[in-house]
Formats: sequence, C-alpha cells, structure tokens
Amino acid sequence: MAEEVSRRPYVREMGWRWIFRHPRYVRYMLREFSCLFIGGYTLIMVWGLKQLAEGPAAWQAFLEWLRSPASIVFHAVALGFALYHSITWFNLTPKAMPLQLGEDFVADGLISGAHFAGWAAVSLAVLYFAGAF
Amino acid sequence: MSERAVELEVLRYNPETDREPHFQRYSVSCREEWVVLDALNHIKETVDPTLSYRWSCHMAVCGSCGMMINGEPRLACKSFLREYRGVIRVEPLAHFPIQRDLVTVIDDFMDKLARVKPYLIPKHEKPLAEGEYRQTPAELKKFKQYSMCINCMLCYAACPEYGLIPKYIGPAAIALAHRYNQDSRDGGRDARQEEIAATEGVWECSFVGACSEVCPEHVDPAGAIQQVKIKSTVDWYKEHLMPWLKK
Amino acid sequence: MARSNKPLVWGPFAAGGTLTAFLTPALIVLTLLAALGHPPDALGYERLHALVHNSFFKFGLAGVIGLSLWSAAHRLRITAYDLGVRADALVAAVLYLAALGCTGAAIYHLLRI
Repeated sequence: MAEEVSRRPYVREMGWRWIFRHPRYVRYMLREFSCLFIGGYTLIMVWGLKQLAEGPAAWQAFLEWLRSPASIVFHAVALGFALYHSITWFNLTPKAMPLQLGEDFVADGLISGAHFAGWAAVSLAVLYFAGAF
Repeated sequence: MSERAVELEVLRYNPETDREPHFQRYSVSCREEWVVLDALNHIKETVDPTLSYRWSCHMAVCGSCGMMINGEPRLACKSFLREYRGVIRVEPLAHFPIQRDLVTVIDDFMDKLARVKPYLIPKHEKPLAEGEYRQTPAELKKFKQYSMCINCMLCYAACPEYGLIPKYIGPAAIALAHRYNQDSRDGGRDARQEEIAATEGVWECSFVGACSEVCPEHVDPAGAIQQVKIKSTVDWYKEHLMPWLKK
Repeated sequence: MARSNKPLVWGPFAAGGTLTAFLTPALIVLTLLAALGHPPDALGYERLHALVHNSFFKFGLAGVIGLSLWSAAHRLRITAYDLGVRADALVAAVLYLAALGCTGAAIYHLLRI
C-alpha cells in the first residue's frame, strides 16, 4: 500500500464576478436580464388595460404617459432586449428539438431559420392588423 | 526548428505545507510548435520536478489534461503555445477542489457518472440464441454524438451552475444518460429519470451553453439537457393531467 | 433522488419564453409608435375597446400577459441565484406570486371592459 498523504483539498470560492470571466457569460447575463424589460413592458400593458377599463379620459392619460421621455427611453431599451431575447431563443431551438429525417438530422440553420421566418410573419401580421402601416 | 521563450504562471498548492494556493512563474525556452502540456513537461523535467498535473495520451482522447489556461477550460495537449501572447496563466480546472497543484479532486464527477446507470439496460431479456442486436445507421446517428465524451470535465469547469450548485449532476453525466436513452437497444430511460429528472438533474441548468462551447469532442451536452427537459416536462404533465394513460 | 416537480414551473416558462419571443417585439413597436406620436389605428380608444371587448380576445390577452409575466418571473428567479442570492424559495415565492397577482389584476380589468 502507498503511504498515507494528507489530503486537504482547497475549495475556490465562486462569488458573483464569474459573469465577467468570459464574454459568453456577459452575453448570458444580458439575455437573462431581458426578463426585466419584457416583464416591465407586460406590466405597462396591464396598466394600459386598467386605463382602458376606466374610460376614454383615463386611456388618453395612458397615451400621454407613453409620449413621456421616460416611456420613450424604456421602449427603446425594452425593444433592444426583447429582440435579443427573440434572437437568442430562436437560435437555441435546433438544440432543443433535433429533427431526424431518414438518417440525417435537419440542419440547425433550417430549424432556427423556420422560426425566424415565422417570427417575421407574426410580427408583420400584428403590425398590419393594428394599423401600424 | 525555432525556439520560443515562454512564461507560464502556474497555480501551485501543496496540501501539506500551504494554507492557500499561490502563483509561481516559470520562464522556459520551448519549441515553436509545442502545446502547453509540452511546456509543463519541460518544466517538470528540467526546472521543477515537484510540479504535479494529470496527463496521458497527449492527443486529446483520454481527457486527463483538462486545466484552466488563461481562464478558459482547455485540454493542455490541445492548446498550442502559438495561440497565446505574453504570460500564460495555468490553473487547475475550475469548480473542483484542488488536491495538489493542477490536480483536482474528481470524486464528485466519478460518482455522478456512475449514478446515471451508464450501461445498456435491455427492454427484454434477450437470450443468446436470439442473436445480436441490429441497428440501422439512422438509429446509430441518434446517439453517436453523445457517446463521444472523453470525460475531460471541461464542461463542468465552464458551467456556472455547477460552480454555484455543487449538487448539480452536470452536463457530461446528463449527456451520458441521454446517450443510453437514445440507444435503440436500451430500455432504461425510466430508471435514469430518477437521477436526471430530479432537482439536481437537468433542472439546475439555465442553458448558459458554455458546456457545449468548450467541449473538445462536440458532444453538445447543452442540447442533450434541453431535450431531456422537454421530454421530462411532457411526461410530467401527461402523468399529472392524464394519469389514466399507460406509461 | 426523486423526480422533480420543476416541470410545473418550467412548462409555463418555456411557453411564455416562446410566446414573448414571437410577440413582444411587435407589441413594443405598437406602443413605441404611439410614444413617438404616431399611434397605430388599433390604439384608438373606440377601436381598442371594441377589440378587447371580444371574449376570445380577452382570453388570448390574459394568456399572453400571464405567460409573459410567469416567464419573466422564472428567469428573474434564476438570475437572482446566479448573482449570489441564496434564498431561492423566498425569491421564487415572491416572484411567482407577483406574476400571478399582476395576471389577476389584468383579468380583473379585462372583465371590466
């Protein structure tokens, strides 16, 4: 038998600074933070529904708030984060849903591409039927 | 053959004499075409025989020489000196306790691999007289990529969730379970679900994707994990919303 | 090790994440246009009120809001843990209840329209 060597393993602390260890962790955090803006925007929608329920004057007040600088800045930032969420989400679809046709798997690009195409179609439909253009 | 002056900053730790790890710098003359492992071997042979690290095949198939090189989990035998400028920082693989110098304690990983029952559990008893299992190329392709894991643990070093939650079973273990679940000869998915569909299984994963990025064999453990999540979720809702369905 | 009940919260998260990926950018553009002084026709009081008055639309809107808030709550819970907040059970309870509460408020207002 080999002689006993004292074992005193050293455990390195993790902390929270790991998010800066590599660009991929920063990108991950940005993706995760999109939830603040998507959630925040949804809350604005809820508030809008409240104003809509309370009548034309309340709804006008909501539209006026939308025109405020704070709202414009929020919308711009939220749109950026929402787009980032969509792009990262659809890029990950081939990993979660591999499709085997015959022997080979459908190319990643086709699966995410189909999602992007669907996204474009849905967005255009929403904008068109809402009378945005 | 040209020479190259290389400076390595290596994290040292002697459990018998040190309270904490500390960096030690080595300046050595290396060959232009060497990898970091060659530089370490050169240091051990000519400068400091006390430097400890794991290595074996020197050709990226055994998975022994995983370490943090300039903060990234890499195989030392696959990290060419010419990829780096300036001082090269070499540390033991992240998220594992340090045993000595660049040697980590990997007991946790070995336990987790065994827990997922990484062997074929046939659907039915198949006597020898019935002959061998036959598999089409399509059936092979379904699991082949997940069988390429060399147990190098780079994915565990890259995964922040494993670093934050040591109980998390981790990418390689789940990819290994998935390899067997996807094998047409296997019927053991139910047994493996007890381990990988547990809280410390796939559910600690937040799809950072770092594991698949650092994997030297392109196993794509992140993909395996998401597929297990989706299947487990469908199963769960079927079981709870339609309990009359046979498994 | 027992199988986790995580799918209970993960299922709606995945559904909400998919929904917000498809829908949220276009929705933001609608109110952004209003913010910039060019509100789309649908955001006029009469038209929007008539649209939301429809029961199917209410149901759909409640679903979109519910899943969007749930998905955001779940992601925020994970992020809190990633940043070192260890009280996961507490964070989860607060965030999920907030999501459900705000969804309840949305449904309340929808029913008034």
